[in-house]
Amino acid sequence: MNEPNFQLKGSAVTAIVLELYQYDTQAFRDALQEKVSQAPALFTASPIVVQLDKLESTLDPSLLATLLQDCQNCGLQPMALRLNDEQAEQLTELPLPRLPALNSRSRAVEPEPSKAASEVVVKTVVEEKIIERASKIVTRPVRSGQQVYAEGTDLIILAPVSEGAEILADGSIHVYGPLRGRALAGVKGNTQARVFCQSLEAELISIAGNFKLSDALRAERWKQAAQISYQDDQLIVMPL
Amino acid sequence: MAKIIVVTSGKGGVGKTTTSAAISTGLAQRGHKTVVIDFDVGLRNLDLIMGCERRVVYDFVNVINGEATLNQALIKDKRNETLYILPASQTRDKDALTTEGVEKVLNELSEEFDYIICDSPAGIEKGAQMALYFADAAIVTTNPEVSSVRDSDRILGILQSKSRRAEQGLAPVEEYLLLTRYNPERVEAGEMLGVKDVEDILAIPLLGVIPESEAVLKASNQGVPVILDNESDAGQAYDDAVSRLLGDQVEHRFLEVQKKKGFLSRFLGGK
Repeated sequence: MNEPNFQLKGSAVTAIVLELYQYDTQAFRDALQEKVSQAPALFTASPIVVQLDKLESTLDPSLLATLLQDCQNCGLQPMALRLNDEQAEQLTELPLPRLPALNSRSRAVEPEPSKAASEVVVKTVVEEKIIERASKIVTRPVRSGQQVYAEGTDLIILAPVSEGAEILADGSIHVYGPLRGRALAGVKGNTQARVFCQSLEAELISIAGNFKLSDALRAERWKQAAQISYQDDQLIVMPL
Repeated sequence: MAKIIVVTSGKGGVGKTTTSAAISTGLAQRGHKTVVIDFDVGLRNLDLIMGCERRVVYDFVNVINGEATLNQALIKDKRNETLYILPASQTRDKDALTTEGVEKVLNELSEEFDYIICDSPAGIEKGAQMALYFADAAIVTTNPEVSSVRDSDRILGILQSKSRRAEQGLAPVEEYLLLTRYNPERVEAGEMLGVKDVEDILAIPLLGVIPESEAVLKASNQGVPVILDNESDAGQAYDDAVSRLLGDQVEHRFLEVQKKKGFLSRFLGGK
C-alpha cells in the first residue's frame, strides 16, 4: 500500500495584520522601523497580511511594491493582501495572493488611532446569553399595608390584592383575583410592561411612572377582567 | 402542646374581649383545659367581662418579671373547672411585654393547657404584635363596616409577615373571620356591609356571625360571658362558633332578617 504523500487540511494560522490607513512612503518606513525595533524578536521573519481595504487613497502597483519592499527590509514577510473589491479591480496583477475580505464582526472592531499600523488583534468574543429571571409568584392574599416587589421580573399574584396594599414589578403584573390596591408595573421605566387582572378595582395603576387613579379607572371595565398598557403617552384599559 | 389562639382585630371596640371571654368559656364548657390571657396591659378589661376583677392579685407582667409564679397569677373561673384567666396589669404599659418573657409564660402554660386564648389590644403596635406573635390560629374580629374591615386586613398582613410562624417559615397561622355586631336589617337597608362583602374582601374562612344584641352589653356589665346566655341569639352564635373552631360543620344562623309573625299566623295560634 502506498503511503499518501500529502494531506490537505484546513488550519487557522495566527498572523500579524498590517492595516494601512494612509500611505506616505517615508513616514511609513520610519514608523515601521521604530515599531519593529521595539520588539525585534516578535517581528523577525514574521509572516504578515497587508490589509489595504481601509486605505483612503488609491495605491498603484509601484507604490505597493515599495510598501512590500519596506516591510521586507524591516524583517517582515508579507504573505498575502487583503483588499476591497474596488482595489482589486485597480490592481490587476497582484504580487501576493489575495485574501477574502473580513466578515462584518471583525470589521466592527475599530482599532485605536494611537496604536501603530501593525499589531496583533486579540478579539474577545462575548457570547450574549439571556439570563432568565423567574417570575415572582405570590399565592397568599396581599393585605393592606403590605408591599410586594418583583425585581427585574414579572409579578404573578394568585390571590386578592387588598385596598391599601402595593404591588410593584420591573416587568408586568398579573393578578388572578380582585385587584383593589395599587399596582405599579415597569417601575424602572419599562413602558412595555402591562397590568393584567381578573377584576379591576384598583386604587392606582401605574406603568413606567404614568398612572391612573381609581376615579379615572372606574369609567372603563370596573370590576371586570382587564389589561392596562401604555400607548401613545397614556394608559389604555382593554378587555382581557 | 396547647394551641395558641389570638383574638385580634386592629380596630378597637369591635368585640375582641367579649369574643375572648365567650370562646374561652365555650372551649372550657366542652371540657378543654383553657386559659385566657389579657394582653391589653394598661387597659385591663378581660377580668371585668369574666367577672373576676375582685380576685386579681398578681398579673401577667408580674409573672414576666418573675415577681409572681404562674400559679399565683392564674385566676380560676367560678363557673368552669377547666378555665383560667391571666389578667393584664393595669398600672404598666405595653413595653412591659418582652418576647422572651411572653414566650416563657406561654411555654409554661402550654404544658398544662389545651388552649391558650390571647386577647389582643387594639392597634398594630407592640401589644398587638406580642399577642399574635406566638399564635397558631387567629380569630379576626370584625364589624361589618369599611374601616373595621380594612384594619382586619392590615392585621392579617401582620399575621402573615410578623408572626413566629411566618418568621420561622412554618405553616402559616390559621385565620378565621368572626363578624360581630351584625344587623341583618341594616344590611338589607344598605347601611352595613353584608357577610358576603366582608368575606369577599378578607378572603378567609368564616368562623361565625354574631348578631348585634342587647344581651352582649348586659352580659358584659354583669361579668358573665355572653355565651352562657343560652336564650340570646348572640350566645347561641358564639356557641356555634366554638363548635366550628373545633372542626364541626354547623350552619350559620342569624344572617337573615327575623320575620315578624304575620297577622294570620298570629291569629291561627302558636304562642
